[in-house]
Amino acid sequence: MENEKDIAIRIKDLKKQYRLGVIGGGTLQGDIQSWWARVRGKDDPNLKIGKKVYGKNETFMALDGIDLTVYKGERLGIIGHNGAGKSTLLKLLSRVTAPTEGEICIDGRISSMLEVGTGFNGELTGRENIYLNGAILGMTTAEVDSKIEQIIEFSECRQFIDTPVKRYSSGMYVKLAFAVAAHLDSEILVMDEVLAVGDMAFQQKCLSKMSDVSTTEGRTVLYVSHNMNTIRQLCDRCIVLDHGKIIFNGDVEEAIDIYLGMVKASQKIISLESSNRSKRCLDGIKIKSLEIQGHDDWRISVGSKLKFVLTIKATKDLSGIGFRMRLACADDTSVSVLLARKLIDCSAGDEISIPLEADISQIVPGMYYLTPSLYVVNDFGGHSFFDHINHAVSIQVENVLGFNENMEWNARYWGNVKLPEIVDLRKEAN
Amino acid sequence: MQKQWTAVIRPKNSLLDLKLKEVWKYRDLIRLFVARDFKTKYKQTVLGPLWFIIQPLFTTVIYNFVFGNIAGLSTDGMPGFLFYMAGNVPWLYFSTCITNTSNTFVSNAGVFGKVYFPRLTTPISTVITAIINFLIQFAMFLIFWVYFLFKGAPIHINWIAALTPVFVIQMAILGMGFGIIISSLTTKYRDLQVLVSFGVSLWMYATPVIYASSSLSPKMYNLLMLNPMSPIIEMMRYGWLGSGKISFLFWGISWITTLIVLFLGIIIFNRVEKTFMDTV
Repeated sequence: MENEKDIAIRIKDLKKQYRLGVIGGGTLQGDIQSWWARVRGKDDPNLKIGKKVYGKNETFMALDGIDLTVYKGERLGIIGHNGAGKSTLLKLLSRVTAPTEGEICIDGRISSMLEVGTGFNGELTGRENIYLNGAILGMTTAEVDSKIEQIIEFSECRQFIDTPVKRYSSGMYVKLAFAVAAHLDSEILVMDEVLAVGDMAFQQKCLSKMSDVSTTEGRTVLYVSHNMNTIRQLCDRCIVLDHGKIIFNGDVEEAIDIYLGMVKASQKIISLESSNRSKRCLDGIKIKSLEIQGHDDWRISVGSKLKFVLTIKATKDLSGIGFRMRLACADDTSVSVLLARKLIDCSAGDEISIPLEADISQIVPGMYYLTPSLYVVNDFGGHSFFDHINHAVSIQVENVLGFNENMEWNARYWGNVKLPEIVDLRKEAN
Repeated sequence: MQKQWTAVIRPKNSLLDLKLKEVWKYRDLIRLFVARDFKTKYKQTVLGPLWFIIQPLFTTVIYNFVFGNIAGLSTDGMPGFLFYMAGNVPWLYFSTCITNTSNTFVSNAGVFGKVYFPRLTTPISTVITAIINFLIQFAMFLIFWVYFLFKGAPIHINWIAALTPVFVIQMAILGMGFGIIISSLTTKYRDLQVLVSFGVSLWMYATPVIYASSSLSPKMYNLLMLNPMSPIIEMMRYGWLGSGKISFLFWGISWITTLIVLFLGIIIFNRVEKTFMDTV
């Protein structure tokens, strides 16, 4: 067993349960009615007809048995898809809410930056807010006194420090807030994507500050982000959360691979019959499967077109159904949409396979999600979904030798689309 | 070897664990909260800090006019203005304590949802702000008191006046007790928020603020005195003006009520504090 002394945080069988739907009747009267009905063994008058009394199926485990040990001086990254439980874990660690079961033992002061600028008051000046925010985060006035010069220096707001912060630009506001948080004296720092602030230079400054904090001062950092670049830069260990459980714990690169590949990437045919669908979809036609052509899996090289077969199953007679796919990055920012309007006419019982080709040759290398939907446009220009499967397919666009003349494509600042190169009109004229 | 943890987070607090030590560690935060409240309250107002005394002054003038001149209620032979102010200033203080602490959770949900600090710091700083407010208003009362004394009004100060700090603390405890009960319950039931503002204004009429308790029948008097605020207001007025009558029995009962309310408040607050973010 490792030396217990070096443990900063030990989490044992941590669970957090949330109740789905509306909590309580919302009014005292409603709750008393429900309670009185239960006492008499009658049906709850406030429940919708056909609904069972709050059962197990109406709860949701945001965290489902987390065991984790973090050692002192470690920089632990926490990644996972939306709803995997990352933020809940941080909330429990920072004591914003209490766990349903389990125990967290912490050695050292913990300070969390779930959101920078918490408790800032617009009427107060920058300096006054540094003191207030510092105190909220657990510093004493004396501690802030000894650091105020560093904080002001770091924030790059010296000129405005005695101006009320409501006059600040949003960038200045965030810089000031981060400066306070970065100068906390706590042994453990918990951060939730706060680095996505400020301009590029300031982001880099924050990142290097964070790794300084850990390497030179030996403090422990827990960092949640969807941005794999910052995770790579900052962390030396990484856990992957999925549905409230830790599915991987270890090397950063491996963790990122697992996270990015968590969606079924390597099959040729992706069956979508049993996938989760948005509840607002109309009945009548559903996507059965998507099958890539000319490749063994959903992996194509940059510059090529995507050929695939769409198989649909109809239960009604319909015409003019459109098909489209939303293309999004791994962090769910949209890249674009691929449209095939008025593609399908079908009658009940049909199962149709349609070969399709989508030109995504201008998409730069990386991992993307495809969200296919079947829809119909109504007379008012709006549209209704027949089918919509979020992130049904993940597709890997692979780099090839010579792409962009071997200059690295910095997707973070350049975007994910490489438009045709600028034409030199002098050559055109000849 | 058992490791010493700085903190252990478990699903529930013990009911009476107040974590006062932790609150003490955060005393700077309380001080800064109070400073913030004062600095921001009357910013961008024309009259600024004058507002601190305008409110009690004007209500007193109105009470004097409506209840003294029009309705002609007895003031035990005291100058009406002083009589009403002696009741009104502490009542205003108490009602500020209760209404301001009663939205602790709801109005601070944004901050509470992001950062942990002992939640009790917010109601405590609210009450401290109210006490400072009260001191300013009480100073104003003293100025009028001296003025009326020189004018020859039948005022008799006596030793009960020396208990004023005790009354102030008791009202703070009572107001905060009720306030945190209500704020804990409003995380689930917003009804109470509506109830507070008009409940408190009705409560004033069940307290001898605008009338003298001596004008009531003995039966009504006993009933009135069970209201924990009644003996406090009566005794304060008796101490400074020498009017009315006092009863240590009822004051004792008032203290018992106060402590029960505080006790209940702490229990409920402790239960709600940890998970209120999930229900608010």
